[in-house]
Amino acid sequence: MPGSGHHLTDLSYYPGCSLESSARESNISLMEAAGILGLNLIELEDWNCCGSSSANILDKEIAFSLAVRNLSLAPPDRPLMVMCPRCLYHLREAHQRLSREPETLRAQERRWGRPISLDLSIIHFLEVLVRLGPARLKQGLVRNLNGLKFVPYYGCTLFRPPALRQGTYYQGELGNVLTMLGGVPLNKALTHRCCGSFLSAARADVVTPLVNEILASAVAVGAECLVTSCAMCQLNLEIRSTWEPRLPIFHFSEILALALGAEDYEGWFSRHLVDPRPLLAARNLIA
Amino acid sequence: MNPPVSALNLRGAATRIVFAEQDRFLARDIQRLSGANLSRCFHCRTCGNGCPFIRHMDYPPNGVIRLVQFGMRQQALESHTIWICVGCHTCSVQCPMGIDIAAIMATLRRLALEEGAMIAETNILDFHREVLHSIKQYGRAHKLGIMLRYKARVRQWFADLDVGLRMLAKRKMDLKASRVKAINEITRLFIPYWKR
Ligand code: SF4
Ligand code: SF4
Repeated sequence: MPGSGHHLTDLSYYPGCSLESSARESNISLMEAAGILGLNLIELEDWNCCGSSSANILDKEIAFSLAVRNLSLAPPDRPLMVMCPRCLYHLREAHQRLSREPETLRAQERRWGRPISLDLSIIHFLEVLVRLGPARLKQGLVRNLNGLKFVPYYGCTLFRPPALRQGTYYQGELGNVLTMLGGVPLNKALTHRCCGSFLSAARADVVTPLVNEILASAVAVGAECLVTSCAMCQLNLEIRSTWEPRLPIFHFSEILALALGAEDYEGWFSRHLVDPRPLLAARNLIA
Repeated sequence: MNPPVSALNLRGAATRIVFAEQDRFLARDIQRLSGANLSRCFHCRTCGNGCPFIRHMDYPPNGVIRLVQFGMRQQALESHTIWICVGCHTCSVQCPMGIDIAAIMATLRRLALEEGAMIAETNILDFHREVLHSIKQYGRAHKLGIMLRYKARVRQWFADLDVGLRMLAKRKMDLKASRVKAINEITRLFIPYWKR
């Protein structure tokens, strides 16, 4: 990114289709947390789908162009922040291909009639938090998480696909950030097991045992809930599990915003299929 | 539950492979198209151990690689495995030879579609088609629209109805699609260049 960690006030923000609709609670709580931390998230004007798994499977070129259109909309002078791990992957992969293939870059610039910056930095929200540093987080802490025992559930995509291995490795930061805020991470569960992705729609029979296995592993280490950075994982874990008792599945941004003192949590938590409010109330985190 | 898959399940021991009838160039082609160096695979089966979906595959991931190495084009392109694979990269992360197996699967899916091979998992393909349709129409994925059209296509209206209704009740699926304003920029992508 241009400049250093001090620069992080204005960020372009790419929500993606899930955070725009089914995971709106993640979007709202993210905005809230960012505001408290002094970040100014500017939604990418007229963004489109990142390409998605489906488009990538059916037609790689269309998927690539979809990702590139978003890049062409991003102002070059501030980093583009992404929340969904899959969107991050597709956008970064497309960006890498543009730097490898100058002729493709020129063709795409002509197609969209806009310049595309090869220096644009595409970062995940967790990276932003790490660069902000622990002091800033501690400063903002209003509700100590009170020893809330959670499994940091990353899913399969965040910082993992081989094509993205060159960058700085931010693995483990989800747990670190929430530890700073008073939570207790339990890492010995299936923290990186794939949630089933799109098979949840077409082959639910495949996904249910898988999701149950993830939840069972969390219960086995004594977790009270899972915290995930991926909206699709959150949804699959909620709708496909038949495991009892149901563990609440939080979006990372919700727990973060809660700890930072956000007050409009009713609106987020009421959208969950597994109500997390009894757990939070028992921990004296909400009234 | 499917029976456990062996290292190289060629659908029964009776399968005879006549090498002269196989596609000698398949391995080379897949290697070039996917960028994954599959000749380095020594069939240690680490990939299959990690794959969360192996129980629902007809060949384990290294089995598909074996098919490609043997030039068994039809078997590879018509396998269930390439469609069940979600590209989670668990195998690619664990492979001791650093082979990007997910990229090989992606390449095989593409060839299967391009060559009109028999698709082993039509429901999965139908779902992807509906997602792409939604993107073409709105520039974004509209979940409710995708699910309704998908259900109509596979004619399974009542499977999963409870989950759908719970999602609607929690307003997890919006009735109205969120759209890209400059939608012509998106739809143009779907028209062949000589028709634009
Ligand atoms: S892990 Fe790698 S080397 Fe081992 S069988 Fe799988 S692809 Fe081959
Ligand atoms: S990428 Fe495909 S083959 Fe590899 S572990 Fe994931 S689902 Fe299995």
